[in-house]
Amino acid sequence: MSTLVSIRNLRKTYQRGPEKVEVLHSIDLDIPKGDFVALMGPSGSGKTTLLNLIGGLDSPTGGEIQVDGQRIDTLGAGQLSQWRSHNVGFVFQFYNLMPTLNAQKNVELPLLLTKLSSAQRKRNAEIALQLVGLAERGKHRPNELSGGQQQRVAIARAIVSDPTLLICDEPTGDLDRQSAEEILALLQSLNRDHGKTIIMVTHDPKAADHAQRTIHLDKGTLVERELAVEH
Amino acid sequence: MKYLHLIWAALFRSKTRTFLTLLSVVTAFLLFGMLDSVRVAFNSGGSVTGANRLVVASRLSITQMLPYSLDTQIKAIPGVQKSAYAAWFGGIYQDPKNFFANFSVGPGYLDLYPEFKLPAAQRKAWESNRTGAIVGESLAKRHGWKIGDTIPLQATIFPTQGSNNWSFRLDGIFRIDDEKMKAQENVLFFHWKYFDEANDYVKGRVGWYIVKVADGAGSDGVAKAIDSLSANSDHETKAQTEAAFNQAFAKQFADIGLIVTGIMGAVFFTLLLLTGNTMAQAVRERIPELAVLKTIGFSNRSVLWLVLSESVLLVVLGGVIGMAIASLLMPGVSKASGGMIQLPTVLGQTWAVGLALMLAIGVIVGLLPALRGMRLNIVDALAGR
Repeated sequence: MSTLVSIRNLRKTYQRGPEKVEVLHSIDLDIPKGDFVALMGPSGSGKTTLLNLIGGLDSPTGGEIQVDGQRIDTLGAGQLSQWRSHNVGFVFQFYNLMPTLNAQKNVELPLLLTKLSSAQRKRNAEIALQLVGLAERGKHRPNELSGGQQQRVAIARAIVSDPTLLICDEPTGDLDRQSAEEILALLQSLNRDHGKTIIMVTHDPKAADHAQRTIHLDKGTLVERELAVEH
Repeated sequence: MKYLHLIWAALFRSKTRTFLTLLSVVTAFLLFGMLDSVRVAFNSGGSVTGANRLVVASRLSITQMLPYSLDTQIKAIPGVQKSAYAAWFGGIYQDPKNFFANFSVGPGYLDLYPEFKLPAAQRKAWESNRTGAIVGESLAKRHGWKIGDTIPLQATIFPTQGSNNWSFRLDGIFRIDDEKMKAQENVLFFHWKYFDEANDYVKGRVGWYIVKVADGAGSDGVAKAIDSLSANSDHETKAQTEAAFNQAFAKQFADIGLIVTGIMGAVFFTLLLLTGNTMAQAVRERIPELAVLKTIGFSNRSVLWLVLSESVLLVVLGGVIGMAIASLLMPGVSKASGGMIQLPTVLGQTWAVGLALMLAIGVIVGLLPALRGMRLNIVDALAGR
């Protein structure tokens, strides 16, 4: 499998008051295309920071990040926005849907940045909702859906523009076990059947079991890698 | 346009707050639409060019009277087709709240105002009665006057034989067909000759002259020639259009432009604070949502425009509703007053200024929240920092 994400000597430092805090220390990591990686570690280990850097939401202090052959650590804010809209889908712990828009309009959001017609946007959103099993719930607003359903809408929004990479930050952290299992099964299906590369931050070892492999971070350093697991 | 549903949804995220803010914008622009139309109407004096009816009054103040002797000199100026004179009387009928304009006029005054329709028999009766008066139809209706009634007026400036009691017999009721001019039916005319003879104070003085310029004669030249008659005298004149004269007359009581500007300044300043606070609060509540938009690829500039469009939409929506209500209300108020209050409709000039104000206020109140949205750091915003 070819490498989708290639990270070399990645460092990230935050300024907290007068103090500089290095959150990531010289990280080297390769993630092949089609991989499903669980990123684990204690709180403050730098998991979300690493995820944000891979997703182009933040800029590193040093080192290189290449995604699908493109250096993203050198891109400006505007270029990064454009890059994200084409290449990455994001799923958050608390779904982060627009409360005033119905499910279908939420899913259509990333397509507003494309040149697709209104009808085409609607059609694509319907397909994405169908894929996550919510075809009948398009007209419902987030507050009319359960947590699991809201997360499915968020996943539909993440995949509607067909990105290569899905970035999931504790996607099951706010869900009960059954809903969490359903979401993880859905992510597995997107990885297996649709070839999406998924990087998922989680605290839950059971959630990590659904990934092909697990990477552990501690105090900003990669401490251990597990080999791919057969599912 | 593809973002409109997004802007609209954000605007009505908190329906009660948006509705109340919208109501304040509607009220502000309703007030603006009505007051500015009055201001525009008062300020539309224009130049004498093209005006064939001029009013000649004292250059110093229209309260200063002019000598009656100017009448024959004005009539002799080439280009003057007709002229007449009038003098403000300022009498009160029963109670000051019954105020209406009343003044004495010289012979031929009605010939200068063909829009005043007075039956020939009534005119003849009036002209042959020294103490006769004529009134407009609206005024007669208001007080229930009929031909032959005696109308007592209390003088406020000009007593007669040591008393303020003047009385006139109603000889005629004129009407004006043009609805826009109905307000001019609220007036009483009586003879200047009677005024001149009977009042205790001034003799041989008139308030102003009305001059009809012959077709083809230049109004500018006639106005200059009239003014030159009194140049360097103690009664220098100023010949101007009727509109400009009426404007100057109204300014005796109040500077409408200044009042309107003052009121609207206060209203819009309050509106800026109110709408600005609403927008700031609306954006503060939506920081995580704006961060999500940026996460999925909306650029900083897109977020700036989204928030700005939201505030402009709020103000324009409220403003247009407010001014539309003003447009509907003003003819109704004029009609309901029976011609006493003649409010113009909201004019094109007022709409243009109103729209410019809506855009400016929308941009001003939206700018700071929009900049905040544009500059927000995705990572911090998603983490709730």
